[in-house]
Amino acid sequence: MRVLRGAGVVVGVLGLLVGTVACAVEEEPLVVSAAASLTDVLPRIGERFAAEHDGLEVVYNFAGSSTLAEQIRQGSPSDVFISADVALMDQLADVPAVGEPVVVTSNVLQVAVPPGNPAGVTGLADFGRPELRLVACAPEVPCGSAAEQVFAATGVTPALDSEETDVRAVLTKVGQDEADAGLVYRTDVIAAGSRVDGVDVPEAAAVLNEYPAAPLTGGAHPEAGRQLVEFLTGPEAQQLLAEAGFGPP
Amino acid sequence: MTPRPLGRPPWPLLLAAGLALLWLTVPLLGLLVRAPWSRAAGLLAEPEALQALGLSLGTATVATLVVLLLGVPLAWVLSRPGLPGAGVLRALVTVPLILPPVVGGVALLTVLGRSGLLGAPLHEATGLALPFTPAAVVVAQVFVGLPFLVLSVEGSLRALDRRSEEVAATLGASAGYTFTRVTLPAVAPGVLAGAVLAWARALGEFGATITFAGNFPGRTRTVPLEVYLALQSDPDAAVLLSVVLMAVSLVVLVLLRGRWVNRW
Repeated sequence: MRVLRGAGVVVGVLGLLVGTVACAVEEEPLVVSAAASLTDVLPRIGERFAAEHDGLEVVYNFAGSSTLAEQIRQGSPSDVFISADVALMDQLADVPAVGEPVVVTSNVLQVAVPPGNPAGVTGLADFGRPELRLVACAPEVPCGSAAEQVFAATGVTPALDSEETDVRAVLTKVGQDEADAGLVYRTDVIAAGSRVDGVDVPEAAAVLNEYPAAPLTGGAHPEAGRQLVEFLTGPEAQQLLAEAGFGPP
Repeated sequence: MTPRPLGRPPWPLLLAAGLALLWLTVPLLGLLVRAPWSRAAGLLAEPEALQALGLSLGTATVATLVVLLLGVPLAWVLSRPGLPGAGVLRALVTVPLILPPVVGGVALLTVLGRSGLLGAPLHEATGLALPFTPAAVVVAQVFVGLPFLVLSVEGSLRALDRRSEEVAATLGASAGYTFTRVTLPAVAPGVLAGAVLAWARALGEFGATITFAGNFPGRTRTVPLEVYLALQSDPDAAVLLSVVLMAVSLVVLVLLRGRWVNRW
């Protein structure tokens, strides 16, 4: 008897485990894996999209594009992937679950400074001043490779104090007043509201960051995924993107 | 006397135990299987990897020295019989042990950051700021490593036969002499174990470091941060560095086998 009860406990615990996995499958929302810079605007677009599709539930998996690309290579059950980097999307071309990518929007870099700009940062040239505390993304991630290109194009040797793994971490360091300036996307400065101020860098326009989106067949809604990619290029989504500071595709 | 064999244990227990063992070992075995052994020498000789390893070993060692210098006295105070509020103090020491490290990083930032409670006056007076410096890495490592040493040493002190201290005192030894010549040698194994644990914890520190110290090669990018970054661009390098950290953990386990694992 006691042995049977013990077996019951083990089976019960295993059942719980299987249950948590099954739950995730049963509800079957539309899963969108998207670059961290889309964290604020994408749910607003998803809401409009869902309204047109019988209130289909849309869930988001926001992270650095490189992380997401690796997850998709490992079989992430997503329906759509939106990357902040064309090269990363191209590397997924041989993954059968990934459909044809379309560029849906774009972004440019901007300098973020703490409110009131206490260090008097005026542009990219200030990133060469070692006495300032400066942060940007690491060259291994999209915002960092964009930063590297902008620095190379303008001949500035950046005296960085930290190379963060994603753009939101750069923004946090500036917002906390730990850094005098950080190189982020224009959209991040807008999303941060009053926590940071933006300083325009005309030179950054030369390095346009394009966002390709691709439908995936690994999730529960391949058809709705394809429609969402289409919806992203439509006027309604483009207007929301423009309000958040994104550029046309 | 050898214990009497108990017969075959019930199979549900064996099943659960087997699953638990697999849960703990399969991910680690996976690392070993995935590790790019053919590229190992080349990847570990990369300047980024060497720089991160050097920084990690250096900061973790400095942090351990600080932990020893401050932790042993704290453990000694906590172990005094009849200390008022000992329970509360012990709980406070344990908090960093169970706190999510990233929360520790945020806490350190709000106190020691350039505009933090203590950091702001320091910055105004001296122009110094901790974040983005190797010193910040050490501060984060001490924060997470200190509890390991304090709890380990305090446990040894409490198990100590206090009479030897009393004997030393009656023979005319000063309190300081008694502490360094009688008490400390008696709890040396506990101090060593605590120091090794604190060092290992400091070496693996990630959350508080990336939040408080930033992430710059050669200055604040320790091995765990390098692993996280390498995962974005060169997963092979990330796996290999993970294996290195795992090997260090195994060495720590071997060093401590007398305390944790009685017989091999």
